[in-house]
This record gives sequence, C-alpha cells and structure tokens, in this order.
Amino acid sequence: MTEFWIIAGYLTLLLLLGLFASRMFSGTKSDYQLASHSIGPFLLLMSIFGTTMTAFALVGSTGEAFKEGIGVYGMLASSSGIIHSLCFFLIGVKVWSLARRHGYTTQIQYFRDRLESDKIGILLFPILVGLVIPYLLIGVISAGTVIQNMTAGAFPNIEAFATSSPGTSGGVPPQLGSLVICLVVLCYVFFGGMRGTAWANAFQTIVFMVLGIVTFCVIANKLGGQDSLLANLKTLGEAISPEKSTRVDMSKTKFFSYLLIPLSVGMFPHLFQHWLTAKSASSFKLPVVAHPVFIMIVWVPCVLVGVWATTSLVPARPPLPTIGDTGIVNANAILPFLVKTQTSAWLGGLLTAGILAAIMSSLDSQFLCLGTMFSTDIVTHYGGKDRYTDRQQVLFTRGFIIAIVDITYACSLAQPKSVFTLGVWCFSGFSSLFPLVFAAVYWRGLTKFGAYAAVLASISAWLYLFRESGWGANRSYTIDIGGYEVMPVAAMFAASLLAMVGVSLVTKPPRDSTLQKFFAR
Amino acid sequence: MPRPLIILIVILLVLHQDNWFWNDETLVFGFIPIGLFYHACISIAASVVWFYAVKKCWPRDVESLAQADSSEGGAA
Repeated sequence: MTEFWIIAGYLTLLLLLGLFASRMFSGTKSDYQLASHSIGPFLLLMSIFGTTMTAFALVGSTGEAFKEGIGVYGMLASSSGIIHSLCFFLIGVKVWSLARRHGYTTQIQYFRDRLESDKIGILLFPILVGLVIPYLLIGVISAGTVIQNMTAGAFPNIEAFATSSPGTSGGVPPQLGSLVICLVVLCYVFFGGMRGTAWANAFQTIVFMVLGIVTFCVIANKLGGQDSLLANLKTLGEAISPEKSTRVDMSKTKFFSYLLIPLSVGMFPHLFQHWLTAKSASSFKLPVVAHPVFIMIVWVPCVLVGVWATTSLVPARPPLPTIGDTGIVNANAILPFLVKTQTSAWLGGLLTAGILAAIMSSLDSQFLCLGTMFSTDIVTHYGGKDRYTDRQQVLFTRGFIIAIVDITYACSLAQPKSVFTLGVWCFSGFSSLFPLVFAAVYWRGLTKFGAYAAVLASISAWLYLFRESGWGANRSYTIDIGGYEVMPVAAMFAASLLAMVGVSLVTKPPRDSTLQKFFAR
Repeated sequence: MPRPLIILIVILLVLHQDNWFWNDETLVFGFIPIGLFYHACISIAASVVWFYAVKKCWPRDVESLAQADSSEGGAA
C-alpha cells in the first residue's frame, strides 16, 4: 500500500507542476507550443534527453538484456550516443536556424516550404501521426505494467484486481494504471503546454536518473548478499552465464544494422518541436556533448540488472512474472518485479515514480507535438492563418491532444506486444525517413517528387516488412540481404534513399528563389 | 563538416563494431562484462568527440543568420 501512496503523491506533484507552469502561460500559440523559444542549455538537455529516454530505455532495455544479454547496450545505447548527437549537431542546429528565420513550428511547415509542395503535408501528416502512436503505446502499456507490479498485494479484497500470478495479483490492473498515467500527462500538457512539458521533463529526468542509480545499488546489495557493494557486484558478475555476458548468440551483421535505428531522432516530430524551443543555437552545445554520457548513466545499470535477473542469485520465490498463464516470463515486468521484491516499500514506491517519470517525460512531448501538428498543419494551414486567433489555435491543439490520448489508450487495451519490439518497429519507420530530412537540409537537388518517392517507398517497405513479421508477433524478425542477416530498417532505409535520389535526379529541381532561401548563397 | 570531425566520427563507428570482444567473457573490475564495459567507453568517447565538435567545428553563422532574418519578419 505504501508504494501506491507514493505513486499517487508523485502524480499529484506533477499535476501541481503543470498547473504552476500554466500560470506563466501568456496565452499565445507560440508560448503554448514552443515556450516562446525561451529554453536554455540545461533545460534543453534535460527535456531532449527525457524525451528520447522512454519506457524503451528503462523497462525495455532491462527486459531485452534479460532475453539477449549485454549486447543490447551496443545495439542501441552506444550507437545512440554517437548518432543522436550527430543528428542534433547536423540537423537540429540547422533546422532551429531555418525555423527561427522563417517562423516554423512543425516539420511539415518546413517540408512544405522547402519542397514547394502543399501535398507533402497531406502525405506526411498521417504517416508521422501513425508512427508516433506505437511510440506512445510503448509508454502507456509499460506504465500499466509497472503500476500493476508495484501495487501487487495492495488491494487483496478487490476481486477485479486478482490475477493468477502472485507477482501481480491484488495490484491496480494495467488498464486502470495506464488510464491514470494518460490523464495525469494530459492534465499537465493541457494546462502547461511546452513550458510545463519542458519543466516536467527536466524534473522527471533528474528523478529517473538519480533513482535509477539508487535502484541499481540497492538491487545489487540485495541479490549479492555480500558485505560491500563491490563484493556484491563481483558476485553477481561471476554468476552471469557466458550467453548473457557475451554476444555469442548475436549476429554481427544484425548488430551492425542496428546503427541505422537511432537515426530516427532526426525525424521524430516531437524532438523537432523541442529543438525549436531553444533560446539560441548555443543552447544545443550542452545536449550534443552530454547526451552520450547521460545514455550510459541510464542504460548500463538497466542492462546489468537485466542480465542479473537471469542468474541463480534471484530468489526462486516469488517466481518471475509471466505473461498471463503462458508460463513465459514477462520481460517487460523484470525491472518493476525486482524493484518490488528486492527493495523496501518506501524505496520501491520512489523507484516506481522514477520509472513512471521516464515514461511520462516522453508521452508529454509526443501528445503536445501531435496537437501542435494538427492545429498548425491542418486547421490553420487549410483554414487560413488569419482566420483563427491564438486562443482558438491553442484550443485546437488541446482538442487534438485529448483525441490522441483517447485513441492511444483504446489501442493499449489490445494485447500488449514486447515493448522492445514495438519500439524497434516504430524507430525503424522514422529512421527510414531520415534520408528525407538530411537531403532537405543539405542537398539542393532534392525535388518534391523525390520527397514523395522517399516517403512512399519508406512506408511501403515498412508496411510490407511489418506484415511479414506477423505485425510484430515474430519478435526476432530479420531479413537476409546478400546472405547477411540484417534488421528490416536496412531495407526500408535503402528503399527510401534510392527512391529519393533516383526520382530527384530525373525531376525538376526547386526554383532558385527557394534554394536561396534555404542554402547559403 | 570539417574533415577531422568526419574522421573522428568514422573511427567511432568502426570501433563500435567490436568483433574482437564478441565472445570474450572477461569481467572488468571483476563484475562488468568486457563487451558492456567497452561500449560504455564508446559512449564516453562519443561525448569527447562531440565536445571537440562544439569547440572547434560549431557553425559560426547559424546564430546571426537566424536573428538577422527573423528580425526581417518570418512566416508565422
């Protein structure tokens, strides 16, 4: 019950933070959507990092390390340290400059202007929204799982909360936990807008980084059973099987092809919006430098905890949580399970708040971004910029946010997939669109038809391969290119790149006046 | 992008594909598998490279261009 009250207290604190941020809201669209370009280096670092580190980073990485071993760090964490900062440096700073110069709020505004094409917006809007929704689902599903595991046993007398697994029985059902998280995020995004989101992200990023390290030490001390932390770490390290402490079962070419997945940050619409909140170009310097080390601070403990969970040092009672009655261990639940069983109720409650913090710090940006896109790229674009007041545009943004929260929650009620698998498919879709944003920024030869070709090739390849994987049911789905096993993202990326370059070379380039607007003379 | 920075990024990407530690069971400091330790070092090396990038290769005109042109009036 203690965990339940700590979680409730934390969520209340977030609501108060959102309400406080709303008191600073000036009422303008720019303030609601971009915090009036007022975000400095520290807040930008924390909000960008908090946004990119999701349930995928905490719950997913621990679960995947449990299944695949330490290789998961190289597959996504160290590669992200290189590629994410590369995207911030090459794309983020440049689009910030272009957006400030020409007054953009969304990616689609930029692409419409750069490609002299209104229809690129019609094509991109449903694709970007459609790809963000699985990303949202990762957070919503994980939040429900975490809350159920952490509140297990708190409500033994409520029949509807009973399950067959002792690790979850008597806990708040995942559907209810997910609903509460959706409502809390909705409230502080609704009232606080981008300022509330940035503040909440910064606060939550500090919470989950600090508590993550505390969790790691506490779990190590409990599982190791020795006198000192170092002795415990050594005991646990020696207990890891060779299959988990090496990459003996991992394909080298598949590992290599994972390098393409972090390119997704170049096309995340919510990250684009965060970039535009920066006060100056210099605000990007701290995020560019610190991002790789921050990733390391979060991921290394999670991966170690995941591989420790495979050892005999984890007590047999209570058993690891399973997916329904299948007998298959629920990898998504490994981290909350260890927190619940290996720490005290107080610490467990606080650590749960840390996990939820990581989840919510991504959900908020994504909800706000989708609302902004709808308001800017659909309503204002087609209704006329001067037809609606700022107040009405904020209203449209908020209205669409509510609709997206509803849709996401409804989707989360379906049978949940692996957080890691869902995340990889979502990121792969965005990665395959990376050639488009890179070419838009750096290649004068990109034409609107080249852009259409890139988007269509990318999404067609994504749909085809996702279907081939049984809509994500085959969690280890890979493809064979020239005898080498690679991730599906390699084929999507190649299709997008080839279509874009090929079509651009044979179609009419943009006008000189447009090129002069976007490239140095 | 300046050539030294391109070279450093390519080196990072090559080092990332550490076939040499693939099956190595060594525990660094007695507790951390070397495959994980090595990649944690790659993360630190990435930060060092990006520190070099922002110090030596930061685009100088980006701030002034944004300010100059936005003061002339933007689209939104």
